[in-house]
Amino acid sequence: MIRMTDVFKEYANGTKALKGVTFELNTGEFAFLVGPSGSGKSTIIRLLIGEIAPSDGEVIVNGQDMDNIKMRKMPYLRRTVGVIFQDFRLIENKSVYENVAFSMRVIGASGKDIRQRVPYVLELVGLEYKAKAKPDELSGGEQQRVAVARALVNNPRLIIADEPTGNLDPARSLEILLLLKKINDLGTTVLIVTHEKPLVDQFSQRVIAIDGGRIISDGMDGYYNYEG
Amino acid sequence: MKVNRNRTFYYIKEGVISIFNHSLMSFASICIIIAFLIIMGSFILLVVNINAIIGELESDNVILAFIHENVSDSDARALENTIRTIPNVAGARFITRQEAYEQFIGRYDEEDRFEDIDYTVFRHRYAIYVDDVALIGDTQQALRHVPEFARINTNMAVASAFVTVRTVVGWISAVIIAVLLVISLFIMSNTIKLATFERREEIAIMKMVGATNSFIRWPFIFEGFLLGVTGSMIAYFSLWGLYGLAAGSVMEFEAGFFQLVLFSNVSVPLFILFAGIGFGVGVGGSGFALNRYLKV
Repeated sequence: MIRMTDVFKEYANGTKALKGVTFELNTGEFAFLVGPSGSGKSTIIRLLIGEIAPSDGEVIVNGQDMDNIKMRKMPYLRRTVGVIFQDFRLIENKSVYENVAFSMRVIGASGKDIRQRVPYVLELVGLEYKAKAKPDELSGGEQQRVAVARALVNNPRLIIADEPTGNLDPARSLEILLLLKKINDLGTTVLIVTHEKPLVDQFSQRVIAIDGGRIISDGMDGYYNYEG
Repeated sequence: MKVNRNRTFYYIKEGVISIFNHSLMSFASICIIIAFLIIMGSFILLVVNINAIIGELESDNVILAFIHENVSDSDARALENTIRTIPNVAGARFITRQEAYEQFIGRYDEEDRFEDIDYTVFRHRYAIYVDDVALIGDTQQALRHVPEFARINTNMAVASAFVTVRTVVGWISAVIIAVLLVISLFIMSNTIKLATFERREEIAIMKMVGATNSFIRWPFIFEGFLLGVTGSMIAYFSLWGLYGLAAGSVMEFEAGFFQLVLFSNVSVPLFILFAGIGFGVGVGGSGFALNRYLKV
């Protein structure tokens, strides 16, 4: 789960990215975080994955206060959070299978566990037949599905997707969001950061809208004030 | 500590793959280490040989302690025990008047010229050898406090020349070795930096999925280790071969003048030194280069 309480973030250059953001995402929830460029969405993501610390306020991710976490404990927290990026961030010289297995290897999983889990996750995202392909042999949608598989393979409690459909056509975008919804239905908390209003409208889900570093609306059924 | 064999295999595999993926830089690193170690090793062998030559010449650099005429023969011989208690004294040889006389006239061809000289005009004396020629002045002072000695003769100029030569050679070698060591570390560090720069995205992904710093670091450390140790071993055996060739030429040219130190006499310490430097430069360079990318 995520809890942000009255969070402020001011960068070294004086930019005030967040001005008192408060919201909570409970275990098992599915939500969109929407807002225009420069609204503070990326800052929220960076705070949630521990890349930066808040200037003020409290950020709790999976029960851990991100401002007080010891650096040596950060990797262990990150293992409970799966992150998906707009640009996929796959390792080019590794196969689909290796890209996904890599996440398990990083946390010290045994070879046997890797051989069991990776095919299962690839099947879940519909890529079992592309296990040996390299990322540059896949379409954008397929690459994003590999990224989803990688985020999912360690069974994280929370998945954060940063503009996961930014590089995809509408059909592939919908396909990825449906995949993330399917993962949420299996019990994983999912937060999707996006600015694509038409896509968000397809889902009857909670939408948190941010603009100018402040939450401007937070409600169910796709309602939000942001005219993206 | 529990060793995860899967992981160790993964670190080694990734380290080896990286060496071949960046083959040009790997080759450059190995060449730099070889060049550095051969130059450094040559200086070390030069210093070892100079020290050996100085040591040989030092053994000829003796203190002559002349004994008062009024000291009896038996007391004069008994002085050896007193001399041996003085610090830095390696040994002492008693030379009788008769021997001193014979040595004197033996230096000249015209023996009949000295036939009128009575050997009793010569004094009994001791030829005293020292451990460290640099401390010969102190030894001379200590000998002056022995009342039975009438006079102490030391060739201080020659002794200080030996010390100066050894000190200068030592310093020059130390400076050159230090400079080469810094250059090697810098180049190795840059090699690994380039490798990490190329793989910065991969490192960022590793961090994102929860890799610990040590998990990210180990393949690079293995890479540095393999490059360093490979370079040092090639350098070691090349130096051995080159020294053998050089020693052969020197022996032929300077036959009998001095004896070069055999490589086998220094092979073990040199091997340990080369392996240690190869390891240090490789592993140290990798660790240093990686720090920048791990602070995420």
